[in-house]
Amino acid sequence: MTSNSPEFGAHLAALKALAAQVAAPNAADVDAKSRFPRETIDALQKAKLLSAPVPKEFGGPGYGMRELAALCSTLAQACGSSGMVLAMHYIQVACIARHAQSSEFFRGYLRELVEHQYVLASMTSENGTFGETRTSICAVERKDGRFKLDKDATTGSYCQHADGILVTCRRASDAPSSDQVLVLVRKGEYQLTQTTSWDTLGMRGTCSPGFKLESTGAEEQIIPGSFADSSAQTMVPYSHILWASLWWGIAADAVARAAEFVRGGARKNPGVVPPTANRLAEVSTQLQAMRHNWLALAAEFDSFLLAPTGLQDLLSIGWALKMNNLKINASDSAPQIVHKALQITGILGYKNDSKFSLGRHYRDTLSASLMISNDRIASKSASMLLVFKDN
Amino acid sequence: MTAIDPMTQKIRRILKDHGRLSKDADSLGAESDLYEAGMTSHASVNVMLALEGEFNIEFPDHMLKRSVFDSIASIGAAVGELQGG
Ligand SMILES: Cc1cc2nc3c(=O)[nH]c(=O)nc-3n(C[C@H](O)[C@H](O)[C@H](O)COP(=O)(O)OP(=O)(O)OC[C@H]3O[C@@H](n4cnc5c(N)ncnc54)[C@H](O)[C@@H]3O)c2cc1C
Repeated sequence: MTSNSPEFGAHLAALKALAAQVAAPNAADVDAKSRFPRETIDALQKAKLLSAPVPKEFGGPGYGMRELAALCSTLAQACGSSGMVLAMHYIQVACIARHAQSSEFFRGYLRELVEHQYVLASMTSENGTFGETRTSICAVERKDGRFKLDKDATTGSYCQHADGILVTCRRASDAPSSDQVLVLVRKGEYQLTQTTSWDTLGMRGTCSPGFKLESTGAEEQIIPGSFADSSAQTMVPYSHILWASLWWGIAADAVARAAEFVRGGARKNPGVVPPTANRLAEVSTQLQAMRHNWLALAAEFDSFLLAPTGLQDLLSIGWALKMNNLKINASDSAPQIVHKALQITGILGYKNDSKFSLGRHYRDTLSASLMISNDRIASKSASMLLVFKDN
Repeated sequence: MTAIDPMTQKIRRILKDHGRLSKDADSLGAESDLYEAGMTSHASVNVMLALEGEFNIEFPDHMLKRSVFDSIASIGAAVGELQGG
């Protein structure tokens, strides 16, 4: 892809190399054992790729959405769980980089993150609110420059492997459930008690059981402003665009395996187009449409940031609908594409020990429609369409 | 002046019926942040619909954003602009 940053080529090349040499060879083991892709994250840290969203003034490369999506989609072609961990980490870093720059503490934290390549996780889900990220039950309690925050989270990806977690909560114990803030809790200042297991169909390497969090910290670790804004302007667009890009990456690897299968058949009988090639042609149209959807919205997002009204435009219903449509479309398409690839590879794709295996791809992409439930998102779109005129 | 303004009264009634506020809409100042008072984005859509019905207006898409609906004063300004134009 084209990038305005001269160093992006080198970063993408480093990511491609570690995807091929580290993530891909470990993907089956990560999946089988439901274990954190430690070696891949170590390699990302070594290549300084965990600070990709950090602005230049704090020592990062300041990559925009298109560059981050290129990185996540590339890694996901090798290992879906690793791609998801990278995307979720970038979403958290972006929330800090875009909403906490007015705070001296967070400016320092961003520099530290670049130096130490911290891994950041997220706790938005909560027992009692479930997939509704924009309400919280738990509240941050402030006293004498310190805070105390406890949360009963239903799902906390790689929380046990992170250096910090961004936690949504109510602004104060008397605040309404929708008046939320984001709080950074730091390793050494929190305790996690695992409450559920993570033996799932797919995305097994994200290691996402439920946790009870008990934490304290300095009041300055509360991100200034309101989560209503950082959610609409950052968490939602970064999530939906980066997730779509990595789900596409998983689907693209499935189609690549199917294409290799078709080419193998064609070589045995030159002059005859194998019937599986027609199925390949069909699935490649869906794969291309899926790719261009997130590419276009990543470019639109990046162009907003250049416009003076950009941050306001991200708060519009029109943009929210686009994000919802992207999420629903990408999460529906990804398993459909893998399913079609499986019809091409046949039994060799169905086997877990062949080079055409598609089981992991299929199971990983089945999480997409559940990760913030499509029904929940669609019902929000339905209500927004009652006032949106598309004019 | 504002207390007897019929438009503001109608807006307060709509907020009371549809805003799902955690406080009484009558106790809010004209500039108070409605989202901090508990209005969710879902509730704000119902407020928009009720305003369109009550004042017989249509909010164009560029007005469908948080800043237009975040206080009684900004809602009043938006409704006034559409009625005047
Ligand atoms: C791989 C993976 C990683 C994750 N990582 C994290 C993480 O790091 N941190 C975190 O906080 N969370 C994480 N989550 C959880 C995620 O944020 C959501 O909380 C979770 O996916 C939703 O779970 P749910 O299906 O129980 O909840 P719900 O959204 O409550 O859905 C339950 C059921 O209700 C239905 N439903 C809900 N709303 C409606 C509606 N309006 N209309 C019709 N039907 C509706 C749904 O379709 C579904 O069948 C992760 C999830 C996955 C899959």
